[in-house]
Amino acid sequence: MSKSGLFKSSIGRKLAMALSALFLMIFLLQHLVINITAIISPDTFNELSHFMGTNPLVQFVAQPILIFAVVFHFIMGFVLEIKNRAARPISYNKFNGAANSTWMSRNMIISGLVILAFLALHFVDFWFPEINTKYIVGDMSGMHDGGFRYYEELLHKFANPVRVGVYVLAFILLALHLMHGFGSAFQSMGQNNKYIDGLKKFGVIYSVAVPLGFILIAISLYVTTLN
Amino acid sequence: MTSIDAKIPSGALKDKWTSHKNNINLVNPANKRLIDVIVVGTGLAGGSAAATLAELGYNVKAFAFQDSPRRAHSIAAQGGINAAKNYQGDGDSIYRLFYDTVKGGDYRSREANVYRLAEVSANIIDQCVAQGVPFARDYGGLLDNRSFGGVLVSRTFYAKGQTGQQLLLGAYSAMNRQIGRGKIKMYNRHEMLDVVVIDGKARGIIARDLVTGKVERHSAHAVVVGSGGYGNVFFLSTNAMGSNVSAAWKVHKKGAYFANPCFTQIHPTCIPVAGELQAKLTLMSESLRNDGRIWVPKNMEDVKAIRAGQLKPTQLTEDKRDYYLERRYPAFGNLVPRDVASRAAKERCDAGYGVNQTGQAVYLDFASAIARYGKETAHVQGLDENDQALVTKLGKAVIANKYGNLFQMYEKIVDENPYESPMMIFPAVHYTMGGIWVDYNLMTTIPGLYAIGEANFSDHGANRLGASALMQGLADGYFVLPYTIGDYLSHDIRTGPIPTDHQAFADAEKDVVERLDHLINNKGTKSVDNFHRRLGHIMWEKCGMARNREGLVSAISEIQALRDEFWKDVKVPGGRNEFNEELAKAGRVADYLELGELFAKDALLREESCGGHFREESQSDDGEAKRDDENFKYVAMWEYTGNPADAILHKEDLVYENIELKTRSYK
Amino acid sequence: MNLTLKIWRQQNSNDKGKMVDYQISDVSGDMSFLEMLDVLNEDLITKDDTPVSFDHDCREGICGMCSLQINGEPHGPDKGVTTCQLHMRSFKDGDTIYIEPFRAKAFPIIKDLVVDRSAFDRIQQSGAYVSVNTSGNTQDANNIPVPKEDADMAFDAATCIGCGACVAACKNSSAMLFVSAKVSQFALLPQGKVEGKKRVQDMVAQMDAEGFGNCSNTGACEAECPKGISLENIARMNRELISAKLAVKH
Repeated sequence: MSKSGLFKSSIGRKLAMALSALFLMIFLLQHLVINITAIISPDTFNELSHFMGTNPLVQFVAQPILIFAVVFHFIMGFVLEIKNRAARPISYNKFNGAANSTWMSRNMIISGLVILAFLALHFVDFWFPEINTKYIVGDMSGMHDGGFRYYEELLHKFANPVRVGVYVLAFILLALHLMHGFGSAFQSMGQNNKYIDGLKKFGVIYSVAVPLGFILIAISLYVTTLN
Repeated sequence: MTSIDAKIPSGALKDKWTSHKNNINLVNPANKRLIDVIVVGTGLAGGSAAATLAELGYNVKAFAFQDSPRRAHSIAAQGGINAAKNYQGDGDSIYRLFYDTVKGGDYRSREANVYRLAEVSANIIDQCVAQGVPFARDYGGLLDNRSFGGVLVSRTFYAKGQTGQQLLLGAYSAMNRQIGRGKIKMYNRHEMLDVVVIDGKARGIIARDLVTGKVERHSAHAVVVGSGGYGNVFFLSTNAMGSNVSAAWKVHKKGAYFANPCFTQIHPTCIPVAGELQAKLTLMSESLRNDGRIWVPKNMEDVKAIRAGQLKPTQLTEDKRDYYLERRYPAFGNLVPRDVASRAAKERCDAGYGVNQTGQAVYLDFASAIARYGKETAHVQGLDENDQALVTKLGKAVIANKYGNLFQMYEKIVDENPYESPMMIFPAVHYTMGGIWVDYNLMTTIPGLYAIGEANFSDHGANRLGASALMQGLADGYFVLPYTIGDYLSHDIRTGPIPTDHQAFADAEKDVVERLDHLINNKGTKSVDNFHRRLGHIMWEKCGMARNREGLVSAISEIQALRDEFWKDVKVPGGRNEFNEELAKAGRVADYLELGELFAKDALLREESCGGHFREESQSDDGEAKRDDENFKYVAMWEYTGNPADAILHKEDLVYENIELKTRSYK
Repeated sequence: MNLTLKIWRQQNSNDKGKMVDYQISDVSGDMSFLEMLDVLNEDLITKDDTPVSFDHDCREGICGMCSLQINGEPHGPDKGVTTCQLHMRSFKDGDTIYIEPFRAKAFPIIKDLVVDRSAFDRIQQSGAYVSVNTSGNTQDANNIPVPKEDADMAFDAATCIGCGACVAACKNSSAMLFVSAKVSQFALLPQGKVEGKKRVQDMVAQMDAEGFGNCSNTGACEAECPKGISLENIARMNRELISAKLAVKH
């Protein structure tokens, strides 16, 4: 019975969660870097966006992997949550989780669901129109009115304060998700050596800095539209 | 009275075990598969025996009243396990361990058994290390040792203050391997309620499934009882709540002689009793006496001030303290054997020098050790040895590293920080040297019935040295019984499976069920604990650290009266066919009420002081125990005849060929 | 002090069970939690009521028999203790105390507060041992030197008492801390390394088969463990399992 595959075991599934999470965290960083250019230099943002949107490697190799990672991370998260709930069919009348663990560590499913809902909005906002323009309408030029359309579209979306508010909220939940998820991923991978303390500190910085970056960019874009 | 043959092999002491092993019958591997052995109890003795018997090829059925073998009370042993390894090069040897043990037991143990114990002791350490038991090690990666009471060498191996736990988990892991292989069938939450004897041989047991309440028959070619000691007859003891004499008492009632029941060890360093509703006492390991110094105030006014809370023990200067062990026993000081240390504490408390409200406590002080270790560490680290605060801090760290878990335990219970103020301790019942009589082969007077570990009367004589119980339990289970039982079982290879429909099974089962029903249907007015508490009170007052004729005579009649009252007035709620802790407890207390009487009877008979048995009539002018070798150099073996009062005495004369009998002195 | 106790009562494994309120008075702070329950039971017996069943044995925090979820935490509010070491001075007059059994699918209830933790035994039986015969015919103990650091870490892992508080505390009822403690003890010692790959795979497979939940690294187990078993053991077990699974088949 012991020689069944790695991913059939509980620990293997954790590893899979961790690996997909790591991939998503790297993606998040890359996404942030491109977004930062929108503040510093709209031209650079346009060029990078066009490259990412039209490069076949990005579009047909990286993008499917990313989508797979996202879907996998969510589905696996749900599967584990269901299994975990099944492991305690009768719950306690009183359960004092706060006495021994952090809120974010116990509520990854909640922060995760909020992020999922946000992703749906995000796809409706950006990804579906992109796919529509490029592959259904068939306009691969990335141009509109004689210039790149990307920055313009971005500004247009962030003119709505409600959307900005929703984004900010989602990123706060993302921060909480990362706050537990980052260290957790390394624990799941069995990482435990002299670097672990440094890594944990880095995890906290990452978990705050990356969502904060996204929040600042969203607010900054909104402020730009006010002018 | 008849003299009994203990089947000690002939030949020189040091060759007895080897030549015995070479000459006894063996069972061939194919035949072992046809033989069943029942092991009752899964502590160090029972667990190691079950594992080894299964490994040899026998079919083992093991029984534990707890929910897992890992919970047997051996788990609570703290300090360590002795072995004559002489790793420290301090002159230890098999002979010296043998000698210390016989002397420590006040010359009331069997030479050949003790020598064998010392002989296999080194093997135990090898075995446990091979199993992955994480003993303490020094920086070179080799095993570390500490010293225990009553000896002048460091031969105790340890794993912080949890040696028993680690050794038991080792035996448990060996059991698990065999359970996994199907060679041991484990019966958890099962309690043995009788042994079945067919044609004079032990052939099975009656057990009750404590979850369903079902009474079951289990057969085997031999039965091994490793069910521990009976310290709980005192109600308050360091034993676990469930520790009981029942298995041992049932086999006694079926014909196994019970030896030296009055030999009880009162451990000197336990946390004092706090209140009327206390259910159990907690031991502070003897290892603490390596570094702790025991004292009471020298002057009565200081005692009074301390009790009144006007004075703190730390405020008392050295000249106002009476380090009475160091004063009375300069050679061994705080490391005198347990019986001596306990009596000395009692003597001081009886004289009025006890330091707590009840006057039943003495101090165990680590201040000198903290200072000494602190200085040492400061020196090694090149720090200022005269900086008091630093030295204290460093010293505390050393003590924490050595005894951290014990200090924490103390603080949890007493709500006082033992790093700052000395611990308060008092003697408490801890271990029973008496038990089922066994011969050299560990067989009882019922053929095919064996007793091992604390359950037998064994190797400790009238007093057990610290760190010797773990040694004996594992020696019996791993290295002695698996050999000797083969000699007996070699005659059983053609017997075939023992049927459980034999009349003897039916009779035993009927008796068990009737007794259980009686308890349930009694509908009295008092709870089981009520009787247990009262029995404990009689035992502690009259059969405790000091005994005299008058007290023992009255104890016997008081226990008889209490037993009568129990059967008339005990109240056991619930039914028989369900999980019913009160019913299980009632059965155990009923047995204690019989054992208690035999205990007192045995103590009354033994008109000498030896080891843990101190008869006030037999003491020297300076209050030391006075042994009477002329009249009492024997094992008292009791044969059950229907009533503890009518038990018949048999004697096994103790012959000392290799050790000269001397007055035990630790001065 | 006077207290209100809300205790889970359940006749047997088939019964549905419910919380029942009890009042208890004159509780002294020096009593242990279990002594308080002893007093309650004595009282219930006198009143011809059924005493509350709970597991307990050594009453000094080492056998691992006592359990109880007290006010939502295994072994109660104090850290580093078992229920038998918890003293009533941790509560105050007028408190309401919830007393429930350790809850997990893998720990079915036997009666009231008594649960069946044999799943732990079966996990141990699947590989928590060194396959060495108990004959004593091994090499001299000091022929296997073990660095003190490793020996100490192995010892710390080995101090697990198998009480199940980790499972009870975990929102997922995961047994990872328990299993990893044993895996770690052997993984850290040269004696245990020989069959390390097989051991970790077998034990994790059995753990999964018993129906424990998965680890989501909340750390509740470590915080509630009466013996302070470290989460590092879980990381070590993860590492051991991953490398065992990825190892080349022989």
